[in-house]
Amino acid sequence: MEKLPYERPYIKKLTPGVMNKFGNHSGAQPFKYIDGIQVTKLVEAYGSPLFVISESQIRRNYRSAYRAFSTRYPKVQFAWSYKTNYLNAVCQIFHSEGSWAEVVSGFEYRKALGNGVAGNKIIFNGPSKSKEDLMLAIENDSLIHIDHLEELNLLITLSESLAAKPRVAVRVNMDTGIFPAWDRFGFNYENGEAWNAITKVVNSGKLQLTGLHCHIGTYVQSTSAFGVAATKLTDLALRSKNKLNQAIEYLDLGGGFPSMNTLKGAYLPGTDTLPSIDDFAEEICNKLINSDFAPNELPLLILESGRALIDDAGYLLGTVLANKRLADGKRATIVDFGVNTLFTSFWYDHQISPAQDFPPHTENMVIYGPLCMNIDVIRENINLPVLNPGDHLVVHKVGAYNMTQWMQFITFRPAVVLIDERQNIHLIKAAETLDYIEKNENVPRHLKAK
Amino acid sequence: MKIKKNIATSENGFIFNPATGDSFSGNAMASVILVAMKNGVNPAEIKADILKKYDVNAAQLDRDWEDWIIQLKEANLLELELNHGN
Repeated sequence: MEKLPYERPYIKKLTPGVMNKFGNHSGAQPFKYIDGIQVTKLVEAYGSPLFVISESQIRRNYRSAYRAFSTRYPKVQFAWSYKTNYLNAVCQIFHSEGSWAEVVSGFEYRKALGNGVAGNKIIFNGPSKSKEDLMLAIENDSLIHIDHLEELNLLITLSESLAAKPRVAVRVNMDTGIFPAWDRFGFNYENGEAWNAITKVVNSGKLQLTGLHCHIGTYVQSTSAFGVAATKLTDLALRSKNKLNQAIEYLDLGGGFPSMNTLKGAYLPGTDTLPSIDDFAEEICNKLINSDFAPNELPLLILESGRALIDDAGYLLGTVLANKRLADGKRATIVDFGVNTLFTSFWYDHQISPAQDFPPHTENMVIYGPLCMNIDVIRENINLPVLNPGDHLVVHKVGAYNMTQWMQFITFRPAVVLIDERQNIHLIKAAETLDYIEKNENVPRHLKAK
Repeated sequence: MKIKKNIATSENGFIFNPATGDSFSGNAMASVILVAMKNGVNPAEIKADILKKYDVNAAQLDRDWEDWIIQLKEANLLELELNHGN
């Protein structure tokens, strides 16, 4: 006789109360396929945990964001924010779509060169550029965005002996009405520092002031803040032209557009509350179009959006290791990926789906990672069906920052695979091994194991 | 380990404790076990019956049984078993 299907016995207390005006919470759905590839097959082939990136989704995101701006403004250029995800395969997807590179260190700069990006299409940001980095950027005719006076003075000194003028932009910070106001990068608009820096660059006669740059924050949820930023940069650009006779070729509004992830503490999911890329584009482009620039002198608009273009193209696959009841009766599920792998779980309440069919009952639970550390919590509260050891999970929207900020801590960093547009699977970063991690270590002779 | 006598259960998994007013919904497996427990069947027999009829191995069932008892305790559905010691 065929046996009946079994499910773990489970009871749930019914709590009457006021009806939720937002309606019933939609429950978890099994998420079995990514771009047509079965999740369980990916885990079988490449191990668990495993990052998966969808090339199709990246291209869709890029094209949709570019269309949002280019249909509203005549001159638009995107520059891929390397720090968001600098796996070479990912960068190449963005470059193939037309993105320049936006880098913030000598390491990233050299990575961009290695990816075949022309020097004059690399934007060099950040507060830490060594003399060697700056010389390399000058030789390659890159766009150097000046962060502080020391850098400005160093650039003037370096350019003394050069025939050509290095192309630079001044990074400007400002009050755009959001908190926190990022005032640690660049020169302040309100107190006149930014204008002084612009004047100094132009008067030096050694540098070519090509652009103005700002990056007002990260995960900015207000479109009006970008409107304020565009207005203030426009003011500086017009003053530069009128008072210093120095036309500004481009305005770089940076990035900071949110992805659709839900921030910790948010009441409603990000998908319901956040403005779309079109909303941001509308605000920025309107301000520029309606400014006092002559129509034929509108500057190039550069954007360095990172997370909004890649977050939802990344997935983390993992496996349930064990279940337990905590002292207060709450269920806890232990999985094989921790905060070392999923760094963004410090910021977001990531959506997590089981990768297989499950019975209808769900239970509120906490999801712990595998680290022997109390901070290793992936979700403090999530309603999921009962998960058994060996079940697979899919964490959504993990494409931004995880594959750069992940930590080699306690466990190896996992492999990353890319699913291309023809549904071929490519291993774009192999999982770490002990040999790889110990490659640069050296044990003095007297401490070596005998 | 007995279910409180006054606990009302229905076949479709609804559980009601008239002493506290608490109500619960359970899945099909929970209903089956609750009915057996109410009828005084001992845990070993209940488990043997489940192993015979359902597609589950003994290790998994034992693991889930532990969790089941914790749930019943949490829900205050078990008779108190006082240990008088001497």
